[in-house]
Amino acid sequence: MSALEKAFYSPVGRKVAAKAGLHEPPRLRRGREFPTGAIVLAPLGPSTLVAETLALLGRAHEAPVIDFGEEAPGYGDRIGALVVDATDVRTIVELEGLRAVLRPAVRGIERSGRIVMIARPATGADWEADAVARAIDGINRTVGKELRGGATANLVYAEPGVTPADLLSTLGFLLQGRSAFVDGQTWRVTPGGAPAARLENRPLDGRVCVVTGAARGIGAAIARTLARDGATIVAVDIPAAGEALAAVANEVGGTALQLDITADDAGARIAAHVAARGVGIHAMIHNAGITRDKMLVNTDATRWASVLDVNLAAEMRINAVLLDPATEGGIAAGGRVVGVASTSGLAGNKGQTNYAASKAGVAGLVAAMAPDLAARGITANAVAPGFIETEMTAKIPFVQREIFRRANSLSQGGSPVDVAETIGYLCDPGSQGVTGQVIRVCGQNMVGA
Amino acid sequence: MSHTVVVAGGNRIPFAKAGGPYARASNHDMLTAAIDGLVARAGLAGERIGEVAGGAVLKHPGDFNLTREAVLSSALAPETPACDLQQACATGLETTMYLANKIALGQLTSGIAAGVDSTSDAPISVSDPLRRILLKASRARSAQERIAAFAKLRPAHLAPQAPSVAEPRTGLSMGEHQALTTLRWDIDRAAQDELAAASHHRLAAAWDRGFFDDLVTPYLGVTRDAVLRPDTSVERLAALRPAFGGPDGTMTAGNSTPLSDGAAAVLLASEEWAAEHHLTPWAKVVDAEVAAVDHPGGADLLLAPVGATGRLLARQGLTVDDIDLFEIHEAFASTVLATLKAWQDPEYCASLGLDGPIGACPPEKLNVTGSSLAAGHPFAATGARIVPTLAKLLHERGPGTRGLISVCAAGGQGVVAILEAV
Repeated sequence: MSALEKAFYSPVGRKVAAKAGLHEPPRLRRGREFPTGAIVLAPLGPSTLVAETLALLGRAHEAPVIDFGEEAPGYGDRIGALVVDATDVRTIVELEGLRAVLRPAVRGIERSGRIVMIARPATGADWEADAVARAIDGINRTVGKELRGGATANLVYAEPGVTPADLLSTLGFLLQGRSAFVDGQTWRVTPGGAPAARLENRPLDGRVCVVTGAARGIGAAIARTLARDGATIVAVDIPAAGEALAAVANEVGGTALQLDITADDAGARIAAHVAARGVGIHAMIHNAGITRDKMLVNTDATRWASVLDVNLAAEMRINAVLLDPATEGGIAAGGRVVGVASTSGLAGNKGQTNYAASKAGVAGLVAAMAPDLAARGITANAVAPGFIETEMTAKIPFVQREIFRRANSLSQGGSPVDVAETIGYLCDPGSQGVTGQVIRVCGQNMVGA
Repeated sequence: MSHTVVVAGGNRIPFAKAGGPYARASNHDMLTAAIDGLVARAGLAGERIGEVAGGAVLKHPGDFNLTREAVLSSALAPETPACDLQQACATGLETTMYLANKIALGQLTSGIAAGVDSTSDAPISVSDPLRRILLKASRARSAQERIAAFAKLRPAHLAPQAPSVAEPRTGLSMGEHQALTTLRWDIDRAAQDELAAASHHRLAAAWDRGFFDDLVTPYLGVTRDAVLRPDTSVERLAALRPAFGGPDGTMTAGNSTPLSDGAAAVLLASEEWAAEHHLTPWAKVVDAEVAAVDHPGGADLLLAPVGATGRLLARQGLTVDDIDLFEIHEAFASTVLATLKAWQDPEYCASLGLDGPIGACPPEKLNVTGSSLAAGHPFAATGARIVPTLAKLLHERGPGTRGLISVCAAGGQGVVAILEAV
């Protein structure tokens, strides 16, 4: 820790920083905890989709306070969450209903509270409805930025035909602490025929999840989190990281597989390892990645190629083997492929052309894979971490790091577990209707789309 | 009562030269790391293994229960029992046989055989007179008696005693003994340097092809054997000065194993246990033989495995032609070369009571992924390094292929074993 950093975090430093407007960031609610206050449900039409989903979740809900007049009415006690069923909202006039329930809720929500909006996606059939669908996205992003105290806002586009069972894992994830660092995001749920009739605490019981780059940082957190959710972990990392990898594997009661993912036989060796254990893969989590940062003017072909090979091409080669139905120990029907993209890829980042190419490529890849794998019930998604507190980001100079940390709606860096929890949600068999999506775990980073 | 015993995995830490990267690691630390890497690879965290047998040649008095303590520090279930065994440089092979025999008898269904040695963290003891004075003082019942005990203390008693690699009965070091054998068997310098260079080149090639990805787990930042010199050559080795056998000696630091630090472990199991635990058996343990020669009587200190090899092959109804791979521990390059010469010497084999010469070992079947000259030789760990390496090599070659392991040991002893791919 630099002298400057020590001074900043000293008691005196903290006081000075607070005076200068750099307040202590809020402590986020994490894990499988629901909000402590009431869950308020605001249906903006006859739809009962969200009400029924809350019933499946076993969460009681209360009626919303609605803002009719000049004086904004308030909630008595702080509320834990506002869930808006906006699936019937089609017109600009109907958007007023959103404002009328959001205004009191934003004012009355608890720390680490949740605002979740469920709306219909654009269909191309109705100009105004499509404009309104996008308008709700704009509302969501803005509410995310206005909320304080670690509260978040997110929007789910539920396609027509989505059942409460399809929506269950998503609403559960968004209300619980697992989604702590997911803020201002929008993604889509399709009718997936999800089997889940309730939210499981160990949804991955008896399932094999392969995690690359599992020796440390985000990968180790993924291994721990999925193991907590019941998964049998195959922890993969390069042979040179074997010591830390063994420690992670033993901690989660899984197996360690020392493997360079860029090797030609990497996919075959993963499959052989799993097949020897007499099973197939439920989830393949492509977390391993490298950076070789340089400004584009200094980026040679070697730096370019190595990053694209490790972060994107290797993932594709492994997928090709594991998704071949003939591969013993490959990805089973109903399985999951999860890529790890990055906000650097989605928004671009100075000095990271190669990395941005690979990580945006991951986002493009899962979108392309999703429809092709749908018939086998395999979903393909990606998470895009923003600034996460890891050994890697701890090496960024303090001032720059502190700026990165605060440049989001939650004024702090995320924890590796936040990325892991999002991946756990995508791996949940209940998330069958979530595919081809990229979910940013960035606390609504100021940069990027 | 006889169950098939299989080698179902192995793990070691990269070996390193004494005083190198593991200078501050104890036997306990290294043995725990070797076991933990094996546990992680095989998915045995929290599992109760039938028994763990390990040992070290250089052992601190406080390490009387070294292996059991390492088990307690490891990810294995604390209900896993353990014992310490020691048979000099053959310890890692002897622990393998000890557990294999128990599994064959049905006393166990699983076991981890291990060996570890640190020549960096060798125990230093006090001189015998000082030890006697200290013991007498501790038994003293009065201050006077205690003073009387210490009054006998002389400055010379205070010199610390480092462990020596000298043979107690001859006072000769192992290298000096081997120099006698080298001379007796007329092993020339060039052949020794060639064998040493091949060992380095073969070990380096095995590393490069990822052969050790599932046999080694890095430790303390060391990711490959630190003794290994991939770029060494016969020419470079030829430039080294003799280390043993006087000015005309042929044994150098290049064709002798360096003092090393490291640990290795082997997972042994019945076929059923391996299947239940979803582990691919590489090879079965066929048989083994331990032997000794009359070394104080003038026999070659490190050639005891020759007699064991002849008797073992005969007992199994096999000849060298039935063996696909040979692993002869490279204590010194000349030990391997003298062993191979002895195998073909009718007179010598007859003197051991064998029916005839054992036969010739084709060079392409010998130590195909290198051996101790390149990897290093932490005494007790070497056997536990060789067993999984050979088992995996045999597995790659297919069911029915056989391999023979020959390890010489101090005191004029040796252990030989046969594995067969399943």
